[in-house]
Amino acid sequence: MAMAAPLALHLLLALLLGSGGLSRAEPERDSLREELVLTPLPSGDVSATFQFRTRWDSELQHEGVSHYRLFPKSLGQLISKYSVQELHLSLTQGFWRTRFWGQPFLQAPAGAELWVWFQDSVVDVDKSWKELSNILSGIFCASLNFIDSTNTVIPTASFKPLGLANGTNHHFLRYAVLPREVVCTENLTPWKKLLPCSSKAGLSVLLKAERLFHTSYHSQAVHIRPVCRDSHCTSVSWELRQTLTVVFDAYTTGQGKKDWSLFRMFSRTITEACPLASQSHVYVDISKNSQENVTLEVSPPPTSTYQAVVLGDRRTYAVYDLLNPATFSGSRSLNLQLRWKQQQDSGGHLVPFLHAQRYVSGYGLQTGELSTILHNTHPYRAFPVLLLETVPWYLRLYIHTLTITTKGKENKPSYIHYQPAQDRLRPHLLEMLIQLPANSVTKVSIQFERALLKWTEYTPDPNHGFYVSPSVLSALVPNLVGTKPANWEDSPLFSTMFPISDSSSHFVRLYTEPLLVNLPTPDFSMPYNVICLTCTVVAVCYGSFYNLLTRTFHLEEPKRSRLVRWLANIIRRIRGVPPL
Amino acid sequence: MAEGIMAERGRMDRVRGDRHPERDRNQALAALTMDPEKIRGKHAALCFATMAVMLGLPLWWKTTETYRASLPYAQISQLDSLLIRLRVPVSVVFIQGSLPIVDQQKLPFTIVNERDVPLKCKMKLKSRFQQAYRMAGSHEERALKMDTIQEAEAALPSPKEDTVGSLNIFVIPEKSSLLPQDKMSYIGPKRTAFVRGAQGRQALTVIGQRVLQVAQSMSLTDEVLAAALGDRLPEDKRGSDKRRPLKASLGYEITFSLLNPDPKSHEVHWDIEGAMESFVQPFLSLFGALGNFSMDSQILYYAMLGVTPRFDAASSSYTLAAHSLPHVINPVEARLGSSAASLNPVINFLLYVPERAHSPLYIQDKDGARVATNAFHSPRWGGIMVYNVDPKAYNTTRFPVKVNVDMVQVMEVFLAQMRLLFGIPYPQMPANYVLAEPPSEGLRSWELDRLLWARTVENLATVTTTLTSLAELLDKISNIVIKDDVASEVYLAVDAVHDTIVELAAGNLHSAFHASREAVTSSEKAFFDPSLLHLLYFPDDQKFAIYIPLFLPMAVPIFLSMIKIILENQKIRKDIEKVD
Repeated sequence: MAMAAPLALHLLLALLLGSGGLSRAEPERDSLREELVLTPLPSGDVSATFQFRTRWDSELQHEGVSHYRLFPKSLGQLISKYSVQELHLSLTQGFWRTRFWGQPFLQAPAGAELWVWFQDSVVDVDKSWKELSNILSGIFCASLNFIDSTNTVIPTASFKPLGLANGTNHHFLRYAVLPREVVCTENLTPWKKLLPCSSKAGLSVLLKAERLFHTSYHSQAVHIRPVCRDSHCTSVSWELRQTLTVVFDAYTTGQGKKDWSLFRMFSRTITEACPLASQSHVYVDISKNSQENVTLEVSPPPTSTYQAVVLGDRRTYAVYDLLNPATFSGSRSLNLQLRWKQQQDSGGHLVPFLHAQRYVSGYGLQTGELSTILHNTHPYRAFPVLLLETVPWYLRLYIHTLTITTKGKENKPSYIHYQPAQDRLRPHLLEMLIQLPANSVTKVSIQFERALLKWTEYTPDPNHGFYVSPSVLSALVPNLVGTKPANWEDSPLFSTMFPISDSSSHFVRLYTEPLLVNLPTPDFSMPYNVICLTCTVVAVCYGSFYNLLTRTFHLEEPKRSRLVRWLANIIRRIRGVPPL
Repeated sequence: MAEGIMAERGRMDRVRGDRHPERDRNQALAALTMDPEKIRGKHAALCFATMAVMLGLPLWWKTTETYRASLPYAQISQLDSLLIRLRVPVSVVFIQGSLPIVDQQKLPFTIVNERDVPLKCKMKLKSRFQQAYRMAGSHEERALKMDTIQEAEAALPSPKEDTVGSLNIFVIPEKSSLLPQDKMSYIGPKRTAFVRGAQGRQALTVIGQRVLQVAQSMSLTDEVLAAALGDRLPEDKRGSDKRRPLKASLGYEITFSLLNPDPKSHEVHWDIEGAMESFVQPFLSLFGALGNFSMDSQILYYAMLGVTPRFDAASSSYTLAAHSLPHVINPVEARLGSSAASLNPVINFLLYVPERAHSPLYIQDKDGARVATNAFHSPRWGGIMVYNVDPKAYNTTRFPVKVNVDMVQVMEVFLAQMRLLFGIPYPQMPANYVLAEPPSEGLRSWELDRLLWARTVENLATVTTTLTSLAELLDKISNIVIKDDVASEVYLAVDAVHDTIVELAAGNLHSAFHASREAVTSSEKAFFDPSLLHLLYFPDDQKFAIYIPLFLPMAVPIFLSMIKIILENQKIRKDIEKVD
């Protein structure tokens, strides 16, 4: 499974823990690599993935004096103070449409996602988690401080350490998603500040907020993990990866043309590499160009090309080395352009082997059904998928209604971990290992009841609905072509996010759409209305009750006024009756 | 006939007179023994009223009251007019020949000198020099036979009372050659000083005055107090340059940052690790008592100053004028990264290597002269030093130029700034005093004592302000909940203040300082407790808006019937009086 990869490294780590000495003779123990991958997507959009990797050959765990150079101080302090083993934070706006855009290098759920592995020396993990999320919230100006026990779960199998790990006791893992979080410039600025070259030089010049947020998908992330220092893995280095993925809808904004250039997308061009970077590359995916059929053209012509098996498929990339002065030889700046030679038929793209959808069904405000549909489009290979669902406590899941059907037949999961919710304390956690047969559609559905919240628990705009965080799918998806494990340190950054375990499959983590569920929402002037109404009722009842008890009632002669008596006497006199 | 009429009238009069009292009494009786229905109604109304008063009111009171633990208000109000006595034990040792024989016979004895230190607030501060006069022992005699004063000092046996906050003053013969002829006293790096003796009748008085003068300049002087207490001193006593040292805190974070705005031309190396070990650590180890210090360093690239330096054609250099210095820090500060992991104040020391286009860069003072150190400090923030690259280095074609920072030069400046930031100005002594150079760590022992005194007094002042304003606030706003733990913190703080005063009066500086720090911690904890804010936003008018719909209709009938009953009773009493 997916978690096999780090296990192989444990033994190595055990060996190296004893010999973690620092050599002070080495002047620089940190290095920076920056990379931009431009991928024309099957739908005509363009995705741009920036990766900035800072590697620091230092034991961050030691308390004491630390000297930071390329590694940002604020994150370094965080790791050593809270004994963080691994930290993954992503802030995303929009949704990666796997079916139309293909497999991403690294997907992230809409909103904010944070998962952290703590070291096994941490005593009170929950406290550290709380404090850590608060500090991160301050660093990235995001509402991560809203992470509390009601949205934190401890997945048992889905999230395994991506770097070196001593053990995988999931009690040291915390995972939380805030689907409500809106990502904006205020989150990008602190993220850019962590880059050694800030946004003054190198690829980061392209990171102009007004363009980056004018996209259909924007995801920025920070990944910190320990990695092997060298191929023998005798000591540990810390790796900080800052990734940023955006999808420009070049097709619709370009009047139906799929051509693009750096300047049109970012309204900037690249003029130099970051002088601190040891490697600065731009990759453009030109896999559509086959030998016999040249469909697209990149200009300026690349200095070299790179072929590799990426995400299970053979891809070809045009490579631009920014540290090589030849790249800028023609002009002072590099404005990459891609032109399609012939119009592509948009339907001919290969749908990824694994993709999923999720929706909520049912009517009324009492019950409903959550459904996740998993597609395996591989023609002949079945593979298992780990499905993780976190559902907030105010949707009360009926676990007995859980049905998994594939091709009309029931599909029994081989592993189920279910942790029921506790009101106002923790969410539902459902993890299942489901076998997806070849070329099949599997539907996982579960019914729920909507709870009534206390009136202070509603969000400021309750009629908007309540978000349910996306399901997470982790799977080893079969490769289309076999691959040889390449040297990890030399391969481009985009291919080294997940550890590669074997040659026939690759690890994929997908997120479905977040859901928006309406809860029965009261009228919020209600408390005062209720007070007034009950008070009135009480007052009326009380008033009549009081009167009944305290007043005396007796018959009284009707008193007549003088005028009435005078009139009566006149009538009586006429009738000859004695007057009153 | 007339008689008859008269008699008739008289009878009628009598009858009327008879009849009327009878009727009145009947009425009164009827009222007293009213029909049972009316009496029952009255009882019912009374029942309602008693229920409302006995049951309703306490219930309402109990359920809506805010919990307010009792606080020592009286003691807090007394804090304002505290009397602090600083006891400074001074042992005055007379060497043979420094005193007339007549006076020698009076030894040993102890005199006490008290001096008022004027403060702006009601708090009173008295330094109390307890001078114990005695003759020198044989060891001390032998030591003072040395040739130079340094040797003599080194040879002196370590005094019995070499505790923090005490002073040892040796009186040497008037004609002694240990001191230069024109000098009157010598102040050593430890807690030792030498004063010339005197001869003649008033010898003891003269010596006493000299000793007192030395002791005063070695203990809490007005200028040190001014730096510590800031605006609590009268205007004229405030330090001329209005230095504000860092506020007392439990710990400090010291960050050394190297700013390299031009990494393309400069590759700057600084041996900050070595410099910290050899310069900063020994200096800070002296301050161990003051708080915890944590240090780190970082290098920031592309971090520009906020001001464009002016080109000075005459010297072909760039200058930063004094008036523009306040604008220098702000843009840099955004990059510095606030300390994420702790709440302690951060002290920043920035070493700025100007970009090649702006070098050499010099800082000008107010008069337009170059600042010799090329550095400035910002009170309570830190210091900045500009480090110019040797222009000869630019005579190459290879960029970036390697720059090795001379850490001794840099650390000299930073340590001097650190002294200022901690409120240890260079001691100002009268002209006829000899002031010994500080030991290798950079701080004289009595300077440290002085700092501890100042900090203790500052802490006391801080606690007083905090507690007084907290008490005032709680007194003013009755809505604030005072929890037991807040109250206990307040009690702890008050107790710690009293401990501090007792310890100060006893001359135990260390324990006094610790007690004062505890007082500050507790008082701040109480003042910033979030529970104080819970009900703060529940103003009284809103409460009434909620109560009125219920209370008005219920209370009005009760009141009315009470008034009615009272009026009736009064009327009956009057009637009965009339009848009787």
